[in-house]
Amino acid sequence: MTRILWACAAAAIAASSGAIWAQQKSSADGIAEYRAMLADGNPAELFEAKGEALWKTRRGPKNSSLEACDLGKGPGVVKGAFVELPRYFADTGRVQDLESRLLSCSETLQGISAAETAATPFGRGEQSNMEALVAYISAASNGMRFNLPQRNPEERKMFELGKRAFFYRAGSHDFACASCHGEAGKRIRLQDLPELTKNPGDGVGFAAWPAYRVSSGELWSMQRRLNDCYRQQRFPYPGYASDVTIALGVYMGVNAKGAASVAPSIKR
Amino acid sequence: MADPMRIRAQASADKTTVRVLMAHEMETGQRKDAAGKVIPAWYIQQVHAKLNGKDVLSAQWGPAVAKNPFLQFMIKGAKAGDKVSVSWVDNRGDTRTDEALVT
Amino acid sequence: MKQAQHPLLYAAVAVIVSIAGCAAPAPAVDYDAALQQMMKSSFRDQGIAKVDRLQQDEADAACSKALGGPLPEPTRVAIEAANSKTVRMPSDGQFIGDWKLGEQLAQNGRGMTWTDASTAPSSNGGNCYNCHQITKAEISYGTIGPSLYQYGKLRGVTDPASPASKAIVEYTWGKLWNAKATNACSGMPRFGHNKLLDETQLKNLMALLLDPKSPVNQ
Repeated sequence: MTRILWACAAAAIAASSGAIWAQQKSSADGIAEYRAMLADGNPAELFEAKGEALWKTRRGPKNSSLEACDLGKGPGVVKGAFVELPRYFADTGRVQDLESRLLSCSETLQGISAAETAATPFGRGEQSNMEALVAYISAASNGMRFNLPQRNPEERKMFELGKRAFFYRAGSHDFACASCHGEAGKRIRLQDLPELTKNPGDGVGFAAWPAYRVSSGELWSMQRRLNDCYRQQRFPYPGYASDVTIALGVYMGVNAKGAASVAPSIKR
Repeated sequence: MADPMRIRAQASADKTTVRVLMAHEMETGQRKDAAGKVIPAWYIQQVHAKLNGKDVLSAQWGPAVAKNPFLQFMIKGAKAGDKVSVSWVDNRGDTRTDEALVT
Repeated sequence: MKQAQHPLLYAAVAVIVSIAGCAAPAPAVDYDAALQQMMKSSFRDQGIAKVDRLQQDEADAACSKALGGPLPEPTRVAIEAANSKTVRMPSDGQFIGDWKLGEQLAQNGRGMTWTDASTAPSSNGGNCYNCHQITKAEISYGTIGPSLYQYGKLRGVTDPASPASKAIVEYTWGKLWNAKATNACSGMPRFGHNKLLDETQLKNLMALLLDPKSPVNQ
């Protein structure tokens, strides 16, 4: 699907002549126009609706809904929770991101095994329920500005670990997150890369996920986005909601303080 | 039974803009799975929209329409409180109808 | 004992200390150790990507520790020297292959991920267009690395086999083999040193860059 998109963009541009600078501008503009057209009627809404139903439905061995789940602003409070995650939770004694918190709430309240959900491939079984919940919960904070708490020493520690993980170079290609996201104004092929060591602006980077991926028709949570980042960095496989993924969320989220969330957004 | 459609119908002066998001795989029948077997075609073939029970739109779709299709169209002469219903039928004979009120 | 006799004083001191404690640094965290522990516990093997890939050599370790800032000069020099030693010139002394194959390789971004089947160089692409502009015709190029358009031409290479071009040819080979030999924290993968591409593939990339007939140099 992506290849077809590039081919169409290239074909459209090949029809026009001109200097490379002009070609650069029009191909980037063309893609920006395509994205603007996509934004109306984001299929993420279908996932939001499913997620809302899942939040309110009694499920699992304990036959309970998730409505008592505390996402950081009190049991059952959904609005505003997304833009304050990851954060420290006293009941689990750890810093958790949204997916990690949904795992522990599903287990505690509903009796659904967190380990099994974490081991399930993306897009299947309980993982597809997680996607829907993530879409619903992030939508409830759409437009709100990131304001992750850093009062608790564990939160500050995770920020520092996230920063170090961000710059951690390894693997066959010696890549780190910073290899692609450490500088402003860069791109891979024609895909712009947000600089994540700073606030990259409203609706960009950390503020743009979860998102509906048109090319695969799937809803990608931040966990999925990080997973695919590590795959392309030629790293081994990061555990679902593992500490490194949460630490990176703290680092990016704190850096994005004040940026408006557009989640769930739409991507190529 | 397929997942529900999301329908929004907003009236502005004489024109009502209806936006519909349908949940459907829209499988073209051209793709192969990891084992090399063709994934069977499964796509919406007909779409009908009604305003207060009267037909206002009919569409014949094929496999070129993308997964989770988005449809937008305009109706004349609708006002707030009117009922818009949208139905689709796919090549397997499955069907779905959802409704929304014009706001 | 003294505390029991002066409970108010003790309480006052405790309050002052706890207020000061909010502003004072928490007990020092050994972040290096905590990071290693976190990386070790967060990853697992998947396909061809094993957890031993998390092990860092001196270059990766030093460049990571710099957190995006510059390396101390002695460290930089030492890393470049160590990586220079790893550069192996082509076994037959021939540097230039086929630029058409080089272009195909430059377009190919595959290889070495956990969804790839094999670690053999024949399965790998050069990834080049992800980061670099190379030919004029290919508009879908990245900007993480510098433009390589007209690479040979700009360096006055009219005949890569001539003595006049020897230095540039060897420098270019060195860059492809191990970019950290000339730039300690280079973002470019070490294609020869890390066995990502074999000699033939590297020669084809050399041709793409240096062959006067290559579209890069038109």
